[in-house]
Amino acid sequence: MSVTLKINGETRTLDADPDSPLLWALRDELKLTGTKFGCGIASCGACTVHLDGMPIRSCQTMVGDVEDAEITTIEGIDGKAAEAVQAAWQELDVPQCGYCQSGQIMAATALLSETRKPTDEDIDFAMDGNVCRCATYARIRKAIHLASDKMEG
Amino acid sequence: MLHLLQKPLEAAQPSRRTFLKVSAGTIGGLVLAMNLPRSAASAAEGDFLQPFVHIRPDNTVVVLSKHLDKGQGTASGLATLVADELDAAHDQVRVEFAPSNPQLYANTLFGVQGTGGSTAMANSFMQYRQAGAAAKAMIVAAAAKDWGVPASEITVSDGVVSHGSGKSATLGDLAGLAAGEEVPAEPVLKTPDQWVYIGKSFPRLDVKNKTVGAPNTYTMDFQRDGLLVATVARAPRFGGKVKSFDASEARKVPGVVNVLELPNGVAVVAESTWPAIKGRSLLEIEWDDSGAETRSSDAMIAELKEMTAQPGVKVREDGDVDAVLEASAKVIEADYDFPFLAHGAMEPLDIAMMFDGETAELWFGSQIQTIDHNVAATVLGIPFQNVRINTLWAGGSFGRRAQADAHPVVEIAMLAKAMQADGMEPAPVKIVWTREDDMAGGYYRPMSAHRIRVGLDADNNVTAFKYNIAAKSIVKGTAFEAMLMKDGVDHNMTEGAHDTSYALGLMNMDQTFQETQVPVLWWRSVGHTHTAYVMETMIDRLAKEAGKDPVAYRLEMIRDDPRKANVLKLAADKAGWDQPPGDGRYRGVAVHKSFGSYVAEVAEISFRDDGTVKVEKVTAAVDCGTPINPDNIVAQVEGGIGYGLGAILRNQVTLVDGVVEETNFDTYEPLRMSDMPEVEVHIVASNEPPTGIGEPGTPPIGPAVANAIAAAKGDWITSLPLSKAGLV
Ligand code: FES
Ligand code: FES
Repeated sequence: MSVTLKINGETRTLDADPDSPLLWALRDELKLTGTKFGCGIASCGACTVHLDGMPIRSCQTMVGDVEDAEITTIEGIDGKAAEAVQAAWQELDVPQCGYCQSGQIMAATALLSETRKPTDEDIDFAMDGNVCRCATYARIRKAIHLASDKMEG
Repeated sequence: MLHLLQKPLEAAQPSRRTFLKVSAGTIGGLVLAMNLPRSAASAAEGDFLQPFVHIRPDNTVVVLSKHLDKGQGTASGLATLVADELDAAHDQVRVEFAPSNPQLYANTLFGVQGTGGSTAMANSFMQYRQAGAAAKAMIVAAAAKDWGVPASEITVSDGVVSHGSGKSATLGDLAGLAAGEEVPAEPVLKTPDQWVYIGKSFPRLDVKNKTVGAPNTYTMDFQRDGLLVATVARAPRFGGKVKSFDASEARKVPGVVNVLELPNGVAVVAESTWPAIKGRSLLEIEWDDSGAETRSSDAMIAELKEMTAQPGVKVREDGDVDAVLEASAKVIEADYDFPFLAHGAMEPLDIAMMFDGETAELWFGSQIQTIDHNVAATVLGIPFQNVRINTLWAGGSFGRRAQADAHPVVEIAMLAKAMQADGMEPAPVKIVWTREDDMAGGYYRPMSAHRIRVGLDADNNVTAFKYNIAAKSIVKGTAFEAMLMKDGVDHNMTEGAHDTSYALGLMNMDQTFQETQVPVLWWRSVGHTHTAYVMETMIDRLAKEAGKDPVAYRLEMIRDDPRKANVLKLAADKAGWDQPPGDGRYRGVAVHKSFGSYVAEVAEISFRDDGTVKVEKVTAAVDCGTPINPDNIVAQVEGGIGYGLGAILRNQVTLVDGVVEETNFDTYEPLRMSDMPEVEVHIVASNEPPTGIGEPGTPPIGPAVANAIAAAKGDWITSLPLSKAGLV
């Protein structure tokens, strides 16, 4: 069945079951593989994308439910917060295996877009849904604070 | 014992037997040499091509990593070594994974190409520096000839080759000329004071790709025209087999291409991932559990505990420990048990293959390329040189990708053969494991039981230490047995205990092997995951018996191990051990040597209002020999602490009647941001040869936290995870 989605500013028509997860439409149909599969049950955040700017889990979002929304993936993020986050991540060498980091960056970008100066509690709250099995959490926290500083400057 | 290549034709018919026979192979039967056809690239004009370093006319320096990088930073570490000796600029260096070729790329400590045991830097330190130094010598020799000046007057710095006359060139400019120079047999290496990157800073080369979601990074992202994606329904009980199945509903799912029986299950082959997952959920399979493990984990733990009450295989025998215990003024008794643990790497297992009937190409995070390569050739029934392995970045492993039986390779090779047998056109295929497949799929850190009896004299001096351990052996009966077991003893199970440098009087250690169909495997730090917990909580108990400070007591008990004493003192000092912790805070310490590296950790904890533990801060001191990349050492210790902490807090894989209960992150709840303590890492300056850092940060965290809890409550937890004691 054909479905039309607005992804990273482009309108894309693809052949997908409306009841199939957005994650697999992005990865397999549109070859946007930056969004990762980690758990499939909304427990890890690896598949985080933005839906009208809000972080959502694409593994539990069905294609047919998001036809009218603006979807942004790691390949398409830009703007002040995203740039600051990616620069901070690179400056502090945050990633280890890196597999969770697309999702972390999407979540951190959404946080900083809403809250310019997040506290450690804000970070816990916003980031607890994003698992990093390499446990890069200490650096993610530092990088979010650094990105926040970069946005000030 | 099977030599993997003796009967390749037998493997041409997929059968359950082949599966098992391949698994029982020995390292001795592996093909360890091959003549690779020279690659097309090697003929390219102007390229400098040596096994570990390529220099291209466009001025990029490519370092070929013989090791898998699954997050531990090895690829960048190897690049650091080459770049330093070559005096390349950081921004011109790239890293690629070397092809599978045991002749060129064997781990010098294993004899086969493979990554594990935190050996990457230890076995490559000289090899990669020599490769960089040789390349530099050849560049300099070429420049000397070209410019007509003495080689001794030429300098290389930050990627620029220059001479006092004003002549200068890039490495890329000289690559083609240097390629014709003779490779020096013993290139002169820099002295440590000449290093520009080693011990200083060389930012990771993979970070940019990993922050922009770059394509073609991980196996999960692998794409090819006409790629098929498969999922496999495997037996819910370990050792189960397919009795019968009905695929009629699965075949109706749009996108499902075929459903094929494999020796270990039923594969659903589809045009993309979602139909493969959905199709599989509609299979109706009846399983034959007659040969399967059907026990519950409680029963298995009970069996292990009974085993520790009996004598076992002697691992260490100092003397008649029972007589000394008998004569002791006091005997301390402790019985520990630890659960199965899943690795839970962020990228579930996956593997891709193209088999055209004669040659095969594989793409995946291959951790022991030589075994994977041999197994692929054997199962497909094709010569070794007809198999090509492309190693890709892995989204974690923690040991999971280093299997002795190469089971993902066996499975995809069986699938490729089944596709061929069913008349399908050759096509690239990728097997995707869902999280449930990965977590319920076995290859766990073995569950274990430990029985400790310590004799004390009237002054609380330790007179005897009797340690019985029972677990399933990771190596017994596998391809690793010949290499890793001696005289029937599996030292992986007891490492960190039988070789302790604490003076514990007369020490005996016995091990007993549990038999179960549940496959077990190394899990970040292997035997140390349990022995460090036992030894370091026992030492704390003994300190308390002796009425001594835990740090002072350890320093008294450590024999001939100055590096261990040193990291302990450093961590204690940096943590302010001499000062009492703040109100409501408790501290615990642990120090442990693993894989040649020493790590001490001081954990500071508090209790939340509901009585659960919060680990506030960990202060670590590390001695891993010559520090190659200090920031990566810090990162690995941070990560190693987090990985170990998540496990001891609340992770366990349990079985009910043989079926795994925890199959995803909702029930195997990983460490999260709000659980992560502040971590401070101090690195000891050292000129000793470099040793590993991927694993050694993990063992001390469990006992450090347990000792902090004991400081608060007076008792040591002896059954993990801590959630069982209501502390999480
Ligand atoms: S894959 Fe969607 S939350 Fe884990
Ligand atoms: S960097 Fe490996 S899971 Fe986060």
